[in-house]
Amino acid sequence: MDLAFTQDEEDFRRRLRAWLADTLPKLPDRPHPADWPGRRAYDCGWQRMLHDAGYAGLHWPEDAGGQGATPTQHLIFLEETERAGAPYVGAGFVGLLHAGPTIAAEGTPEQRARWLPPILRGDEVWCQGFSEPDAGSDLASLRTRAVRDGDAYVVSGSKIWTSHAEIADWCELLVRTAPVNADTPKHRGISWLAMPMDAPGVTVRPLRTLAGTAEFAEVFLDEVRVPVTHRVGEENDGWRVTMVTLSFERGTAFVGEVVACRRVLEALARTAKANGRWDDAVLRRRLGRLAAECAALWRLTQWNVSEAQRTGGVPGVGGSVFKLRFSQVRQELYDAAAEVLGADALDAGQEWVADRLSSLSYTIAAGTSQIQRNIVAERILGLPKGR
Amino acid sequence: MDFQLTDDQRALRTGVRELLERCFPRTRLRAMVDMADGDGAERGAGLDRALWRGLGAAGLFALRVPESAGGVGLGLPEAVLAFEEAGRALLPGPLVATELTAGLSVPGALAAGEWAADAVRGEAVVTALDEGDALDERDAPVKEDALVEHLASADAVLVLGPTAVEVIAAEAVARSAEPIRSVDPATPLHRTAPYRTARCRTAQRRTAPERARPPVVPPGASEALGLAARLRREAALLTAAQQLGSACRTVELAVDHAKRRTQFGRPIGAFQAVQHLCAQMLVRAESARSVVYAAAVTEDPGDIAAAKLLADEAAVRNARDCLQVHGGMGFTWEADVHLHLKRAWVRAGQWQSAAAAEEELAAGLLSTVETCL
Ligand SMILES: Cc1cc2nc3c(=O)[nH]c(=O)nc-3n(C[C@H](O)[C@H](O)[C@H](O)COP(=O)(O)OP(=O)(O)OC[C@H]3O[C@@H](n4cnc5c(N)ncnc54)[C@H](O)[C@@H]3O)c2cc1C
Repeated sequence: MDLAFTQDEEDFRRRLRAWLADTLPKLPDRPHPADWPGRRAYDCGWQRMLHDAGYAGLHWPEDAGGQGATPTQHLIFLEETERAGAPYVGAGFVGLLHAGPTIAAEGTPEQRARWLPPILRGDEVWCQGFSEPDAGSDLASLRTRAVRDGDAYVVSGSKIWTSHAEIADWCELLVRTAPVNADTPKHRGISWLAMPMDAPGVTVRPLRTLAGTAEFAEVFLDEVRVPVTHRVGEENDGWRVTMVTLSFERGTAFVGEVVACRRVLEALARTAKANGRWDDAVLRRRLGRLAAECAALWRLTQWNVSEAQRTGGVPGVGGSVFKLRFSQVRQELYDAAAEVLGADALDAGQEWVADRLSSLSYTIAAGTSQIQRNIVAERILGLPKGR
Repeated sequence: MDFQLTDDQRALRTGVRELLERCFPRTRLRAMVDMADGDGAERGAGLDRALWRGLGAAGLFALRVPESAGGVGLGLPEAVLAFEEAGRALLPGPLVATELTAGLSVPGALAAGEWAADAVRGEAVVTALDEGDALDERDAPVKEDALVEHLASADAVLVLGPTAVEVIAAEAVARSAEPIRSVDPATPLHRTAPYRTARCRTAQRRTAPERARPPVVPPGASEALGLAARLRREAALLTAAQQLGSACRTVELAVDHAKRRTQFGRPIGAFQAVQHLCAQMLVRAESARSVVYAAAVTEDPGDIAAAKLLADEAAVRNARDCLQVHGGMGFTWEADVHLHLKRAWVRAGQWQSAAAAEEELAAGLLSTVETCL
């Protein structure tokens, strides 16, 4: 057990810090949250800066155009960028964390050459078309059909909750390529396609979130032709391809946000000190407990990352454990914030109120807490399959 | 950064687990508990000296004592792993106080007391009395009713006062202490009178020199202050390690039961309500593990406070959930679940309380020192 960093890791951190200190002041002003083209330009611009400085796809393998960094270096990167107040990955999220790694692992050389460099450069934005109106938690029951017609699939159906759909160039799309019957259980018969968002037959209808913003959208697919060469992995093997990616996502997807939680907590303590709420022992102790929770989330992350490092980069089951605790803590943090801030808690113009609202999605998005508990119970604890 | 157990640490953990399975199997725990039988007296729960010596001989109290002083020469992480196993096995006795006292045998650090050398070998049973760290009684009163575990079985007491660290004969403390009916049948408890230290010290002086072994007293008050603070932190961490072991054990007990017990034609573990209880138990145990291990590495007061807080919570709440998973069986004396819960309650009250840990962590939020995050 060792929490000390190697000389290489310390050097990496120092170089990164220096670069951030030099670069962040040159960033343009943040766009308004409702300004989608502005957000895309901002996020892609940041990705371009990372790319030019040699930080693009840090944890991707080198043969996929990444930097081949160790999980620990990736952790340091996420910690330092958050600490320095650098932008989030934003519009690049699906490309960098999801579609890219999937194509890197399962794609043909042509597919890798076509799609990976623009993701790393911040030239192309991806979205994730998995969920459907009737297939959320039960993702494998999706119904969007893809019928082979010559060298193309003809895709019809609809997707929902697709984040960033309005500004995306590509969609990682799960489609049904074989009907469900006795021979083909629903997990088979699914294929993974890269679909251009400007293809004829694609309609995006933004959905308004409870925060009043339009973070995600419905995507209607009406006989959209997607070349067969855009299929990653074998036909009907898309479920496995997808699972490869999901396992990579959870270990580190929230690192920056754990650092942010600690920062929010410190800001709250200072605010409480200034406005007198600090004298309330119940509230003060609640903030103290949240500090313990932040510490645990951070240590859990370090634990998962060093486990991944030992086992050759494949994150273990710790991701579900982490996500369950993190999503709950994050919501408790903002509830405590409301107590500290009093009347400001009802002022939707406050930035942290928007954060409070957005924290409500954490127990739902990327697998609900109930689904995570099913995973922990059945896959980690080995309990019999439930119903 | 390699925040995983080394091969040596894994081997140590396995070794301690096997040792405890041999020298303190469940049958012995049950025999002890069934004799104590809840009438509160220390009858059945007296400490088994042979067991204690065996633990001493195996090095349980000496893991952190340098080899030059007859110890194993390892560090806090190793002690934490061993104490996690002790918690898992519900090993009774003042393990933490004896381990800390053994650590005082380090030459040079203190005028080494004989108690310390005896503690290293498991020849002495040393319990503890924490009188709080309030320097000024006007700030905060000296702890009114500190509880001491296993006092009747103990040879000596490690007393941590605001400015003094002492190891004194157990009789001196026993004179001003009353037994209470301990909720945990395997942990007899005494309640001490306030301002005991001062009175004990007078009493100590009056005892005949050949009976009273020399107390361990550091040379200067400021050193005592630092030493007391360090011992309190380590005590909190080792207690947290035991809570972690217990929390992990109750996950196993719940999962085993959920796989075996059938209702409505299937194992209850196939019901999601049961699955989710078990999943949350694992989340608590693993969250606690990550901070307890990190605190063992960093020895940082904030990490230790977080470790004690979350390990207490994990032990207590996991025991409750485990009880629920066991149904009516869980409410019986037969199942071990209640023993885990009761011990977890005792340990949650020892050393750093939840309130104290939360206050310490809250204060840390306002400090300007850069934290790990
Ligand atoms: C902010 C946000 C962004 C998102 N972005 C994307 C995106 O970009 N791409 C994409 O494909 N999807 C996206 N999603 C969708 C997300 O993955 C789904 O919302 C989620 O998986 C839940 O599915 P659902 O909404 O259909 O809820 P349902 O599956 O209908 O669940 C409703 C409730 O029932 C519970 N439930 C369902 N099944 C079970 C079960 N077996 N056991 C116990 N309880 C159960 C759930 O836990 C939940 O409480 C996003 C969601 C949000 C909130």
